[in-house]
Amino acid sequence: MPYIEALGHQLAEALKGQSADYLEAHLEQSNASHISYRGRKLESIGRSTAMGGNVRALVRSGWGFTSFNNLDELPSKIELAIKQAQLASKGKSQLAPVAPVVDKVPAGTSKNPVDIPLAEKKQLLDEYNDIIWQTAKLQTSVINYGDSYKKSIFISSLGSYIEQERADITLRLVAVATDGNQVQQANLSLGSRGDFSAIQGLHREVAEMAKRPVELLSAPQVKGGEYTVVLDPVLAGVFVHEAFGHLSESDFVYENKNLRQIMALGKEFGSPELNIVDDALVPNLRGSYKYDNEGVPASKNYLIREGKLVGRLHSRETAAKMKEKTTGNARAISYRYPPIVRMSNTYIEPGSVPFSDMIADIKEGVYARNWYGGMTSMEMFTFSASEAYMIRKGKIAEMLRPVVLTGNVFTTLKNIDAIGDDLEMNQGGGCGKGEQVPLPVSNGSPHIRIRHCLVGGR
Amino acid sequence: MEKILDQAQKVAEAAEVFLVSSEETPVQFEADHLKYIQSKQSRSAALRIIRRGKIGYGVTTNLDDIPSLVDASVETAQFGMQAEFEFPALTSYPQVDTYDPEVESVSLEQMIGHGEEMIATVKEHTPDILCEAGVTKSTVSVNIINSRGNKANYRKSIFSLGISGSLIRGTDMLFVGESEISCHPITNTRAVTDVVIKQLERAKDRASVPSQPMPVIFTPDGVMSALISPLMAAFNGKTVLEGASPIGNSLGKPVFDSKFWLWDDATIAYRPGSRPFDDEGVASRRTPLIEAGTVASFLYDLQTAALANTQSTGNGRRPGGGLPTPSPSAFIIQPGDTSFDDMLADIKEGLIIEYLMGAEQGNILGGDFSGNILLGYKVESGKIVGRVKDTMVSGNIYQVLKQIIAIGSDAKWVGGFLNSPSLYCPSLSVASRVS
Repeated sequence: MPYIEALGHQLAEALKGQSADYLEAHLEQSNASHISYRGRKLESIGRSTAMGGNVRALVRSGWGFTSFNNLDELPSKIELAIKQAQLASKGKSQLAPVAPVVDKVPAGTSKNPVDIPLAEKKQLLDEYNDIIWQTAKLQTSVINYGDSYKKSIFISSLGSYIEQERADITLRLVAVATDGNQVQQANLSLGSRGDFSAIQGLHREVAEMAKRPVELLSAPQVKGGEYTVVLDPVLAGVFVHEAFGHLSESDFVYENKNLRQIMALGKEFGSPELNIVDDALVPNLRGSYKYDNEGVPASKNYLIREGKLVGRLHSRETAAKMKEKTTGNARAISYRYPPIVRMSNTYIEPGSVPFSDMIADIKEGVYARNWYGGMTSMEMFTFSASEAYMIRKGKIAEMLRPVVLTGNVFTTLKNIDAIGDDLEMNQGGGCGKGEQVPLPVSNGSPHIRIRHCLVGGR
Repeated sequence: MEKILDQAQKVAEAAEVFLVSSEETPVQFEADHLKYIQSKQSRSAALRIIRRGKIGYGVTTNLDDIPSLVDASVETAQFGMQAEFEFPALTSYPQVDTYDPEVESVSLEQMIGHGEEMIATVKEHTPDILCEAGVTKSTVSVNIINSRGNKANYRKSIFSLGISGSLIRGTDMLFVGESEISCHPITNTRAVTDVVIKQLERAKDRASVPSQPMPVIFTPDGVMSALISPLMAAFNGKTVLEGASPIGNSLGKPVFDSKFWLWDDATIAYRPGSRPFDDEGVASRRTPLIEAGTVASFLYDLQTAALANTQSTGNGRRPGGGLPTPSPSAFIIQPGDTSFDDMLADIKEGLIIEYLMGAEQGNILGGDFSGNILLGYKVESGKIVGRVKDTMVSGNIYQVLKQIIAIGSDAKWVGGFLNSPSLYCPSLSVASRVS
């Protein structure tokens, strides 16, 4: 990709000596391919290439941002961003200090997934689709596979020049069963940091997924109300992301006096066994990176340690305004958007309770597994399980229709009374915030038990 | 564009080039103050070919590299689906106005003024609320040409403004908000702020809810958050073709309440979802989906229609730049003649739902939904008594829409996609936290 490299050095020169408090630019070049199936047939296959960039300017605390995929006349784009920032300016710019970095970060995959022959990808998907269709009584199925390889250059007026490459793979499979006008579905979502082998050899998991919708047709719906619930590591990962992760993103907190009081460091949110971490430096996860989109080195951050709030995620601006250290969490899904504060890999640290002990003393509860999705309003949040069972007298009992669970951050975290010893990270998710969706993140947790969790139902 | 088509025709029986370019200028306010002024330019070209009977596809933002785009479509055509359709020949299109030059001439200063005005109005009502606001203008230009001689284009202007507020007292958080979008410039911010102020008034006090079935009024926003996603999936011709739509075998049959009418309409003048033709060059139309409770038709693109032995309804869209797929343009639910106040007066104990969080994240195909009332109110003896929280409402949209007590006369646009009145439903399952 010599093209954006040549432009990068021109841009670096052009950013010098401008009348702004701070300037940065991104250039990006990407390739992607996708294959999707509906039912027995391959339905869509395609390739795409994209190239573009942006310039962001800060003038007296006002931001200007311009994005483009017409890469001609870059100096005029710098000028435009500065003009916009001037119009938005009002006070004094505050950005936490960061040392200039010149670095080159390779993708870390031995093979670019986009370059793997389409025939090879198709063969694997054909195998999975065959397995799905060996399952009796299925009505239809969906498979969506996508991969991408992206090279980006970050340049700042501080003298940073960072080239980063990243590869990404996502695979989602859905099986659907019907009976009259009843429709039930099950899904499997996977992802990897560009490593194709991570989605190979999943024939058994696919077969198990494909059986579930047929069973769900005769499964009852849970009665709505409060239950003791046990979440599997996948759903507990979604839970920690929604229940607490988003509230740790400081762009929601930093200008809000009331919220800053509520979110004072040291405040107790859970039991002493509860530890929540966001760590972009875990190798090879989809939420991992070396530098964020402001050129700040990524770091491991405890959000909750021994039940108490000890940290939060920052951009350079939120860190400066809250007088805290940068964490390297300003991320953008592409050059089309300015970076905002986002999570990376968020997880609950493992405890010591084995799963069997966790359910042993539950008279009537719900065991919820696997995810459909989750949402938060900061205080209240929902997360939905695509697989659920009743727990009766300490044993996993009948299968239930998918359940939606809800909680309140100020009570639900305190109601976690058992944390398992079996941490797993889930790679199949994407996070949405504002218009920016999906951002590759990963979530994880061991099994956890929550008392008095509200479950929607009949 | 012509160059791409020429190159593609050398290697394929048929080809189509679809070009979209857009300019967008968002002005954003954060924590009551102007924060960001942005401008976004983007352009991309998609090439779809039919080669040896199969569909190949490539997309690029780099219009200077035509050979790579053609190569991508040829490579993918080896594996692509058998094309069951022909690209449309030169067609005449309905007149659908979507461009108002006045949008482009709205100045940044005016946009900033709208944002400041919205924030000032809401804060005058509730001084300790913290507001975010956005005012955006954009123009989109769409061009399509194909090897059967069709050549068409249209321009669209879009203007939107919106405000959301968070009110935090202790550990209690209230979120309110409203937005408006049009192909005309929006000059009066009052309609938006009036809604927000009404939400703040209604949510002033807190009310408790017992865990038991009760009647519910879905406001237009409540309808959007809880009931629309399943309908979008169910009326998608592709879902129907696969036998995964609960109403796929119900064409001509009464499935919904006889008061319920629904259209998909891409022809309403100056609406953001409108256009003279779809992303495959098929003429736009107004398609009845539910007539007096009876399933009237489904939505199709060219390929799905051919497979289903029917005609495209002009609903081929390219979400995320992919191949065309059936997708609605704008859902219109016919208003009824009951005023919101009359519905309210009828309720002894029940709920009003403005936003049900999480309802779209479940078995959408089956129509089951369950969500937390992020914004909603308790009704007692015909009066709104306060906001409800930590409460789940669950149901199935096919049961909910089968028996509707009354349909409101208060239809309004929710974003650019849905025009809906309030719907008054006799009974939904409610579960609330034991406090």
